[in-house]
Amino acid sequence: MSLHIVVCAGIVPDPLQTLEPIVGPKGPALKNEIMLPGVLDPWAASALYEAANLVAKNSGSKLWLVSLGPKTKLQQVMMTIAQKVSFELVAIDSPTGGFADAQSTAAVLAGAISAIPGLERDKLLLFGGWESASRGAGVTLQVVGESLGIINQFMGVDQIEMHEDGTFEVLERVEGGKHQVSVCAAPPAVLGWATGNLPEPRNNPQIGMANMRTVMPSLQNAKTAVFADCGLQYISATLPGQQRQTRVVKDMAPDAIAEELAEWIGAE
Amino acid sequence: MDWCGVMPESILVLTHADESGSLTKSSLEIVTAGKELATRLSAQLTIGVLAADSASPARAIAGADARVLGVSGGAFAQARYVTDAAACEALCKAAQAAVILAPQSSRLARVAAGVAHRIGGSIDTHITSIRGDAGLEVSRWYYRQRVEAVLSRPARPWILLVEGGVFPAFVGNDSTVTVEQVTVQLPEVRTQVTGTRAPAEDEQTIRPDARLLFVAGAGWTKKQPDGQVHATDAGELIVAFLRKTGASLGSSKSLVDQGGDGQPVLPFLTHMNQVGQTGSTPRHPRGLATCCHGEEPHVVGWRFIGERRAISLDPNCGWARGKADVVYIADAFKVIAKVNELLDAKV
Repeated sequence: MSLHIVVCAGIVPDPLQTLEPIVGPKGPALKNEIMLPGVLDPWAASALYEAANLVAKNSGSKLWLVSLGPKTKLQQVMMTIAQKVSFELVAIDSPTGGFADAQSTAAVLAGAISAIPGLERDKLLLFGGWESASRGAGVTLQVVGESLGIINQFMGVDQIEMHEDGTFEVLERVEGGKHQVSVCAAPPAVLGWATGNLPEPRNNPQIGMANMRTVMPSLQNAKTAVFADCGLQYISATLPGQQRQTRVVKDMAPDAIAEELAEWIGAE
Repeated sequence: MDWCGVMPESILVLTHADESGSLTKSSLEIVTAGKELATRLSAQLTIGVLAADSASPARAIAGADARVLGVSGGAFAQARYVTDAAACEALCKAAQAAVILAPQSSRLARVAAGVAHRIGGSIDTHITSIRGDAGLEVSRWYYRQRVEAVLSRPARPWILLVEGGVFPAFVGNDSTVTVEQVTVQLPEVRTQVTGTRAPAEDEQTIRPDARLLFVAGAGWTKKQPDGQVHATDAGELIVAFLRKTGASLGSSKSLVDQGGDGQPVLPFLTHMNQVGQTGSTPRHPRGLATCCHGEEPHVVGWRFIGERRAISLDPNCGWARGKADVVYIADAFKVIAKVNELLDAKV
């Protein structure tokens, strides 16, 4: 069956960067946020790669990437992501980072998805990360789904398997390192992805060239998001303060270390 | 929903049963949270129970001194968005509470934001503390446990998903619990839960209730002093250690990803073992890191570990200094082999 897959993916600071919160004019922000190198949100990137894999396996399928972030950051990240898988970009310009309200963000995303021309609801699979690496709330995708009237939702997804009769099986993470297995009758559905099973695709300049036909116009025409005021008030945003007094043990024999560790492990 | 006339801070605690039909531990923790908050704010407390037969698990909250609402039926025996969202929506509307507390369990985390949207409320998740006497303030982490923020919202209803381990589990008494059953209008159910899939018991390496987290870094699969890779030996040592200690296994992303790059791997590792920036942030009283390197991503994985020790060959390892209590500069192969011997001798 052909699918219409929409992937929602934000931009987050590269995980290797050191972050420092500051008080900005509209609440907390990150110091030099605009200068920090960005990456596509890791779990949302998993969703994108899984979506591209599904599109490749189901002829007639289409893939849209809806991404919200500062336009310059979007442009920087798309230079890499666009070389990995084929998609049509729907860019939304927004200066906000992780401290923005998830439900207000979801309202903007839902509006953008509703406006995608040619998107067929009975073929729609709405993908994204189950949580972002910025806000990490696990709220946005559920609310986008609800706003679009989609009441079959799955979170912490590691696998989807399409069946010939149009049904599909989903594996969702639950407690204790287990997966819950569900079978859904048909799209539309929301899938919030964890890591999935696919490796990051290698860069392919040909895919990048093809994607740029839609990526550049989308970036140029990106509308600036307007967020509703939800009354969210931050009292503080700080780095965790605890610094431990580390005992560095350099000249102890492995056997002696093992004895100390065995005692520590066994101690209540 | 019209919230006029709702008490200033009336509280609903959402709880649910597990596969055995008992109230989950995280649910009982939220009952404690609800009781503490209700006392502090002089608010009315209601507890909602989601289960196939809500009267049975509700016995665990006897003595909670709260109104108890229940949703019952075969459709609620399993976790599923369409049915759970409808059930939680019905409980919220029946309780008319301004503040709704729920555990950050996979079951309620799957539906809580959707429910907030349906009842016209706000939501915050991964809450690690609730404070404030005049108003309500909560703490949560941003940027994968790297920035901690305290926030508040004037809007109600406000759903708060609280992390496990923040409150002690409620212990009930022998008194009788009267459960008011709430009717749920279910939409067409197009999703069938067919079961759970888990590794065989002796292959399960993720143990959330373990006292010790053992983190394996990429160093286990790198060349050793003899110039050779000993991934098989590493795997045997780690599995033996996990079996003897009952520890939970965490890993760095680089080690899990090696499989996709054709490098030596530890066959029992999956992405679900990942801790840190792109993985989980587990909570265990103790943690032992071996052969790890790197800074920020690992610090994130260790945020909620109590006592921390590490074995590393690098005395200048940036992340361990100031983050671990003890760092042993040693060969993890030799140390863990000897630890296994000593643990054998103890049995």
